[in-house]
Amino acid sequence: MIINLEKFAAAEEPHWRRMEEILQKRQRDPWAVLTLEQARELDYLYRRVAADLARVTASAAEPELRQRLERLVARAYAEIHGTRGAGTVRFHPWHWLTTVLPQTFRRQWRAAALTVIVTILGMIFGGFAVAVDPEAKHAIMPFPHLLGDPSERVAEEEAAMSDRLQGHKAGFAGQLMTHNTKVTLFALALGMTWGVGTIILLFYNGVILGAVAVDYMLAGETTFLFGWLLPHGVIEIPAIFVGAQAGLVLARAVVSRADGRALGVRLRAVVDDVATLAGAAALMLVWAGFVESYLSQYHEPAIPYWAKILFGCLEGALLVCYLGLAGRKRTASGGRI
Amino acid sequence: MSFSFHLATPVTRLAAWAIDKATVMAAWSVVSSLIALLGIFSEDLARGIMLVGFFVVSTGYGIALEWRWEGQTLGKRVMHLRVMDERGLPLRFSQVVVRNCLRAVDALPVAYLVGGVAALLGRKSQRLGDVAAATIVVHEAPVQTAGLAGLEVSKYNSLRGQQHVAARLRTVTPPALANAARQALLRREEFEPEARLALFRDLAGHFRRVAHLPPELEEGISDEQFVRNVVEVLFVSAPSQTKVTGRGGEPAAPAA
Repeated sequence: MIINLEKFAAAEEPHWRRMEEILQKRQRDPWAVLTLEQARELDYLYRRVAADLARVTASAAEPELRQRLERLVARAYAEIHGTRGAGTVRFHPWHWLTTVLPQTFRRQWRAAALTVIVTILGMIFGGFAVAVDPEAKHAIMPFPHLLGDPSERVAEEEAAMSDRLQGHKAGFAGQLMTHNTKVTLFALALGMTWGVGTIILLFYNGVILGAVAVDYMLAGETTFLFGWLLPHGVIEIPAIFVGAQAGLVLARAVVSRADGRALGVRLRAVVDDVATLAGAAALMLVWAGFVESYLSQYHEPAIPYWAKILFGCLEGALLVCYLGLAGRKRTASGGRI
Repeated sequence: MSFSFHLATPVTRLAAWAIDKATVMAAWSVVSSLIALLGIFSEDLARGIMLVGFFVVSTGYGIALEWRWEGQTLGKRVMHLRVMDERGLPLRFSQVVVRNCLRAVDALPVAYLVGGVAALLGRKSQRLGDVAAATIVVHEAPVQTAGLAGLEVSKYNSLRGQQHVAARLRTVTPPALANAARQALLRREEFEPEARLALFRDLAGHFRRVAHLPPELEEGISDEQFVRNVVEVLFVSAPSQTKVTGRGGEPAAPAA
């Protein structure tokens, strides 16, 4: 069918322009609530422009006109069927922190459990390697200051008469926060490698952690080890777990085809959880960065080990309570989430 | 009812990314100058805020703008690109976060090679971040509707009064061919003279074959003029020939 393009465009142009006006207004303020009249007008114009597009598609009309109408219809479709408007709750930080985040963590507990298991396996491997062959430290440890004798390091730290981080604490904290956040987000992103990259990264972190722990324990510096690592480690290590948990949630959505849903549908179903877990990991790492810079690096006699260990244990207990209990509510089936 | 999106190519996306990168660096040079002023009170504090600030600005730039501008950053605006949900729906904040978080992998090993290869190989031209967030990047070039302006519809058209010829032409001409003829006329000045002659000779030959015209209607008319006459009767029907469809109120040529 060939339509009279000139007359067609002239007759419909006012409607197209009106539709563009409404959509631009919506774009400027997506949260604005439409009145019933405005909603009706949008619906009417959407149907009308869609009908025009159907006519143009079936005719020999110019591609530019078709593109324009396609874009209009697409934008109106998104506006009508999208969930950003009335169907979406605005972001409430407190609600997110007290309810959404812990519920998300618990909902994805299997992925969290897997991150812990993989890390423990890595720790066993790293610890065993250092216990059997002390030279393995050189292959495992990424930081030069971990290659020396633990007892020498402890003696040096405890004999320090001045604050070695004086004038560097904020910079060091910033360095820790950004570096650890990048590593954690990388662990998340590697979920797209079917989770293989995430698991390798977790295992490697576990290897380092196990190697350091066994190295210090064998040297008789267990108290120092806990005093040094617990204050920031009880938050930093779970933060990496949470980031990797998000990666494994992504991975499961990528690989699990059992339910017959398309990849896009599976990923769309978990994208909110992945973003929530990414935010949680970043927040935890900010806290851990502060603690590591301002507390963990100070040892006896400046700060008693028992105080640091107690602080770490308290942090850990609070984190467990928060992730395990916060935002719990009874579901319709009688269970709890 | 279906509508399509024009997917952005990896090249235009890379150009948008380069603009964004330059924007971030420019913004950071201003912000860092302000942060440096904190050095008056504490150099350590200024250094700490610098480190965190750069990370926040470089990572948060994409997230903040794509959310605020509904799938666009400055680079994407310049290149007429937009990120959207792959179903054509508006972006959710979580999608914006996830697609930007996955830049860590897409950017590997250099200049978004992983993301570029993924986009080239993928059916929807998605980098890994887009796959994870179920988003697509579409090209939204500004549309100029040409209409029939520029066709130079002549005052005299030998086909105009021949209703049976016009009806036959509308019946046997597929929309794509009618549009191709119209586009050929609109862009006639862009062709080399030889190519222009050949193009209109082919088009006129086809229309003459299918229209079964009386010889007097073709006398003294060049191929290009003949095609112009045909396009005019195809697209601009006489009032007596139009019918109101009742939906949009627009007249339509009879379709056999």
